[in-house]
Amino acid sequence: MPAVIEMKGIGKSFPGIRANDNINFTVEHGEIHVLLGENGAGKSTLMNILYGLYQPDEGEIYVKGKPVKISNPNIAISHGIGMVHQHFMLVQPFTVTENIILGNEPRKGTALDLDKAKKDVEEISKKYELKVDSRAIVRDISVGMQQRVEILKTLYRGAEILILDEPTAVLTPQEIEELGIILKSLVKQGKSIILITHKLKEVMSMSDRVTIVRRGKVIDTLKTKDTNIDELAEKMVGRKVSLTVEKKEANVGNPILEIKNLKVLDNRKLEAVKGVDLQVHCGEILGIAGVDGNGQNELVQAITGLSKAKSGEILVNGKDITNMTSKEVIDSGVGHIPEDRHKRGLILSYSLAENAILGSHNSKRFRKGMGLSYKKIREYCRKLIKEYDIRTPSEKVLAKSLSGGNQQKLIVAREIDRDPSLCIASQPTRGLDVGAIEFVHKKLIQLRDEGKGVLLVSLELDEVMDLSDRIAVMYDGKIVGILDAKDATEKRLGIMMAGGNVKNAE
Amino acid sequence: MESRKNELKDSIINTLKEIAYPLIAILISFIAGGILVYSFGKSPVVAYTALIKGSFGDWNKFGETLVTVTPLILTGLSIAFGFKCNLFNIGAEGQFIMGAVAAAWAGWAFTGLPAILHVTLTLLVGAAVGGLWASIIGWLKAKIGSHEVINGIMLNYIALHMSNYIVMTLLNEPQKAYSVAIADTAKLWRFSQAFSQFKHSRMNTGIIIALVVALAVYYLLNKTVRGYEIRAVGFNPDAAEYGGINVKKNIILAMLISGLFAGLAGAIMTTGVQYRVNSLFGFTGYGLDGISVALVGNNHPIGVILSAFLFGILQKGGPQMQIQGIPKEVVGIIQGIIILFVASNLVRVIVENIKQKKELKKTALKEGVE
Repeated sequence: MPAVIEMKGIGKSFPGIRANDNINFTVEHGEIHVLLGENGAGKSTLMNILYGLYQPDEGEIYVKGKPVKISNPNIAISHGIGMVHQHFMLVQPFTVTENIILGNEPRKGTALDLDKAKKDVEEISKKYELKVDSRAIVRDISVGMQQRVEILKTLYRGAEILILDEPTAVLTPQEIEELGIILKSLVKQGKSIILITHKLKEVMSMSDRVTIVRRGKVIDTLKTKDTNIDELAEKMVGRKVSLTVEKKEANVGNPILEIKNLKVLDNRKLEAVKGVDLQVHCGEILGIAGVDGNGQNELVQAITGLSKAKSGEILVNGKDITNMTSKEVIDSGVGHIPEDRHKRGLILSYSLAENAILGSHNSKRFRKGMGLSYKKIREYCRKLIKEYDIRTPSEKVLAKSLSGGNQQKLIVAREIDRDPSLCIASQPTRGLDVGAIEFVHKKLIQLRDEGKGVLLVSLELDEVMDLSDRIAVMYDGKIVGILDAKDATEKRLGIMMAGGNVKNAE
Repeated sequence: MESRKNELKDSIINTLKEIAYPLIAILISFIAGGILVYSFGKSPVVAYTALIKGSFGDWNKFGETLVTVTPLILTGLSIAFGFKCNLFNIGAEGQFIMGAVAAAWAGWAFTGLPAILHVTLTLLVGAAVGGLWASIIGWLKAKIGSHEVINGIMLNYIALHMSNYIVMTLLNEPQKAYSVAIADTAKLWRFSQAFSQFKHSRMNTGIIIALVVALAVYYLLNKTVRGYEIRAVGFNPDAAEYGGINVKKNIILAMLISGLFAGLAGAIMTTGVQYRVNSLFGFTGYGLDGISVALVGNNHPIGVILSAFLFGILQKGGPQMQIQGIPKEVVGIIQGIIILFVASNLVRVIVENIKQKKELKKTALKEGVE
């Protein structure tokens, strides 16, 4: 039986960059094949070529042994290739059924045959054991569910080969586990799957084979069972990387952040933080673990002045900052690495230099007379670029032209260089590759070792466990328990994250 | 000193880059207009000569062109400024009208002031009333979240009818459909007072004020904290809020500042050109033309000046074309093509496509060598 997909000698250039260089990539029938590489390594480009979104400059593609030319996604679909994008392409106010049939609607005369649509959807949902509520509105269902809808959408179109682009980036640990089960059962039913990812743990747990891409070239193709995380990391990054975080014993001082019985409403006016008491001390990293949507965001927003608290008190260094404006919070010595760097952290259409002073743009150090001194601003930014190893042609380019990792480095540089006494780091490594994660972790630990307080909020349990000195678990708007990092195990935290009681569990 | 020079060089290059695309669009539009004229069996050369003669033919025509250009620069700046905060100040028309009528009042009501003081006061009153009128829109947007375009259009109508009411009652020149005249001390200095070349034109110091305001806008937007905050809010209000910037305050301020310029344009019309305010049948069009001016000028103060000149030339030169037997609608068509080109960003798309292809070839060549 020929390979279901064979890409031979694929080359693709973009202005100034060779995204794919003579890539050979083969997917066998019934396997889960991971395409592993750092951000910008060229894996998405390769898959976009396979899905017909880009045309290769050179090279050939064979589907089940036959040469094909895929000039647009419709042709890809007709060859049985389906793609689930990292950012879902769903119509939010539509139902699950409507989304799945969209573009391929069953008709009765000229009218939409909704009954048949519903029956079809329920049928494939049953066949592939992908449980969804066909009548639910997409915006009301969880991200994990939305992903199932995306997978069903490709199956509905008769996909035999599924491409999933960074499918776990948006999922909770439990949902990731479920996805693994779903993928295995799809393979059992004769599908072949290509997974794009840069997360090593998932490669090991989910795949049969792995192809490593670096700077547009294939480095190696390995059987998963013959390799290990360290080898994969080294091949992916091109040098030895330390995956474990090294840190000294914490030297804990006075409390820097005190939260007393804090209650915060979310944007639907429902109570999202339901009476939180928390203390962060100088010289420690307090990690907040929890499944997304349990009030972490609202907690961070209330501390940083981005939303108002309903009741309770927030003290920084003994000073009451409850319901102050974000400017007053910044001026009280709070640094904030926001969860969403594109929404909050950066003004993408501003240059790096202009972004480097966001939050301290009122400071006298950047003034010249009544106006701003762009000379001083650029000088300052050049200093940050050098000290924090931000890869950029210059400080004058727009923030949007940087890669995600370098954008995050700029934010980290800006927030740390302001010398805050308390740093709130919310999902500080989301979407970053191994090298950048290592960097951000080092900087946070450095901050702690300098005697500053760090409040870390992360959905990545590993990150919380590696970095924190104490771990608070948040569930349903409350802190359900605080553990010493030494006593925390994945299992204990997992039970608490799901709302269980540790004492009962043991 | 060296870095100072470099900085200046950079900002000039950036300015040029920003206005390059509209310039190309304008060129193409004139070529298209020329083809159109040719298809009528007329000579494009004659048409464009007439256009230039009509607007620059002699000192008086030049002066009258500048009289038209002055309010266009200011309303263009008003709208461009709003756009920098991601606000579409379609209400500039109403602010223009309010500025004009407020200036008529101030020019008439205060007496016995020395000229320099009176005219300054009159202009400031006009600008301030325009600014306050615009800040209503900003306030509604910031506090209630209602859209500035809807409120702007509504306030345009209110301004129109309020102005007519004031002109026909409080400021009415008995038995006439216009207001009382302003005092001589409130009139802007006209070039005809010193230069006989401008004898038959109403050209006044308003043009100088407009040019100075354009430079001030550039400085305010690009070199001050306020400009930094306003642009930040325009690009990304969430990030601005995160950076400690008061988003609501900046929205109201940006509208207010935008309205100052439109109000000033109206005040200059009153103090420099008409010396009174007429009862209006409909909108003056200056505020609405400001939208096109800002669009073609790429919301850049220098671009706004140039595009205001372009629109001024087209408006003043049109009648001269008609004398040559070329329908003056050609002018309207050229204006339309320019806006179409600029709005669709067609030139940019084409140029960037070509650039990309060139670069691809370059990298391909390089790799071939290696």
